[in-house]
Amino acid sequence: MEAHAAKSPVAPPRARQLRLPGVGAGLGRGVVVLYLSLFVLLPLAALLDNSLSEGIGHFWSQVSSGQAKRSLELILVCSLIVVAINAVFGTIVAWLLVRDNFPGKSIVNAIIDLPFALPTIVASLILIQLWGNKSPVGIDIALTRTAIVVALCFVTLPFVVRAVQPLLIEMDREMEEAAASLGAGGFTIFRRIIFPNLLPGLAAGVALAFARALGEYGSVLLFAGGKPDTQVASIFIGQQIETGNEVGASAVSIVLLAMALVCLLIITLIQRWGSRHERSQVNLAANPVITGAAPQGGDERE
Amino acid sequence: MGISVEGANKCFGDFQALDDVSIEVPDGSLTALLGPSGSGKSTLLRAIAGLETLDTGRVLIDGEDVSKKPTQKREVGFVFQHYAAFKHMTVYENVGFGLKIRKWKKDKVRARVDELLNLVQLPGLADRYPSQLSGGQRQRMALARALAVQPQVLLLDEPFGALDAKVRKDLRTWLRNLHEEMNVTTIFVTHDQEEAMDVAGQLVVMNQGRVEQSGSAADLYDKPANEFVMSFVGEVNRLGDDFVRPHDIEIVRDRDDSTAEAMVQRIVALGFEIRVELVLGDGTEVWAQLTRSELQRLELREGQIAYLRPVHAKSFNGSAPSNPLGPRLPKGPRTVATRR
Repeated sequence: MEAHAAKSPVAPPRARQLRLPGVGAGLGRGVVVLYLSLFVLLPLAALLDNSLSEGIGHFWSQVSSGQAKRSLELILVCSLIVVAINAVFGTIVAWLLVRDNFPGKSIVNAIIDLPFALPTIVASLILIQLWGNKSPVGIDIALTRTAIVVALCFVTLPFVVRAVQPLLIEMDREMEEAAASLGAGGFTIFRRIIFPNLLPGLAAGVALAFARALGEYGSVLLFAGGKPDTQVASIFIGQQIETGNEVGASAVSIVLLAMALVCLLIITLIQRWGSRHERSQVNLAANPVITGAAPQGGDERE
Repeated sequence: MGISVEGANKCFGDFQALDDVSIEVPDGSLTALLGPSGSGKSTLLRAIAGLETLDTGRVLIDGEDVSKKPTQKREVGFVFQHYAAFKHMTVYENVGFGLKIRKWKKDKVRARVDELLNLVQLPGLADRYPSQLSGGQRQRMALARALAVQPQVLLLDEPFGALDAKVRKDLRTWLRNLHEEMNVTTIFVTHDQEEAMDVAGQLVVMNQGRVEQSGSAADLYDKPANEFVMSFVGEVNRLGDDFVRPHDIEIVRDRDDSTAEAMVQRIVALGFEIRVELVLGDGTEVWAQLTRSELQRLELREGQIAYLRPVHAKSFNGSAPSNPLGPRLPKGPRTVATRR
């Protein structure tokens, strides 16, 4: 191994697996399965069961009813818009926090997490104060579809920033200098060097933000309200439960869940593609035939 | 293309990285910037490339002042210690990067990249990612990438610093041959004086942001301008104000007027070369370099008393050279250099 290996951002193939002290592998797995079952898998199964309790036909009629369908479409479109906005601005914020130096930087860095820490109903109140009918700047967007987008932007901002930030910190600045010496201008360096290296983190942040936006309830509730044209899926679900239509609520929930899963799947594929160069190293280590095939330079293999 | 730097100054906060540095690099030469860490050698190289801007001073490439030109327009090839490989691109894409930016046609890029991969002895690895290459292979890829765009000058910043000893040696021979073939003006930075002397035709020794001396390896070794160069380029014993190279200390078995008494502390066999560590009567430690046959002839043993005679001593304080090995040692040729 050469000295560089220690600096390499690519983790070396691990020598042996780390285990929890005093816990056998079997017991450890048992605990994980039990935990996941109790809090995730069993409730999900119960939900699915409930949604299908009156047959697949009833499930379908519930989710394709006018209001249910509209609420699902609305939240899907709003979430996609929000994620696109956050992908751009989250990256810019992360960039400024890592590459720029300005007074109050650490305060800004701390404020980014505020939407995480704040109860979302409080977020809703805050947004109404500024953009509601008593708006000090005279802009009233409360109870409109724009309000949904604004509220979702607010609560999902930290995801992209926090996912991109560590990648920017660890990025090898010399790659950018090398590209510059080869004639690449600022935009080309960003597009061909920086962006491809940020992509896995950006994808992860976008996935989390999307999943969060799909199910957001509190911040949308007061600010956007539950009028027919601003009713998102989560509020629709709440309403169905209040009116005693539990099967309808479950059915729409299942669709939301499916959307989130599809999103996570797509993002995982993007991430795998974006980090293909890192995976290939593991293959190399596991496959001595490939290593042996290297012509020349065999004198200096690591 | 010849390179010159005139009156370069650069500060990082309170730290003066370059202090009125001027150098001349002749067209087609292979020049080493040699110095300890923090001596400003990398900063100077980066300033030539345009990766640092000078506070004051000028950089000229082929007579043209490029001080205001951005890196992109200077047409320099730059190679980094840690390769700076584009890790998300294959070897092929790495080497072809500069050509793609220059909007070369695909088939021309393919031909040029193939040619370069052959030149750096990496044929057949075009589809690998950098993480699948060894350090030496990565550095050769980086070199191919820098050479692809036919730069006016090639700048290498500690190019072999991250490699192990065996690979380093192979690569520096290879670099020297490559330079003879390509004949592109090359500057490389190193802290390893042996590497600098082995590879470069001209050396520039730097210390604390200043150029101490420049010249050929033989010039620096035989005619060092000051104490720093004398002790940085080659091994040296310091005796008061005088400097004696270990191979200029003669060990004899019999005392006479020109010798000093010393005790043999340790004898280290380094293959053909033997390193004899001795301590003088006043406690000063010196070491002498002998050949294996000299050692056998002298029959030296650790703990034994021997007599030393400096064949050649050097002083930089400008006054008459004092006796390096004590009052009983007035003889032997010596040179006096004035401090710059």
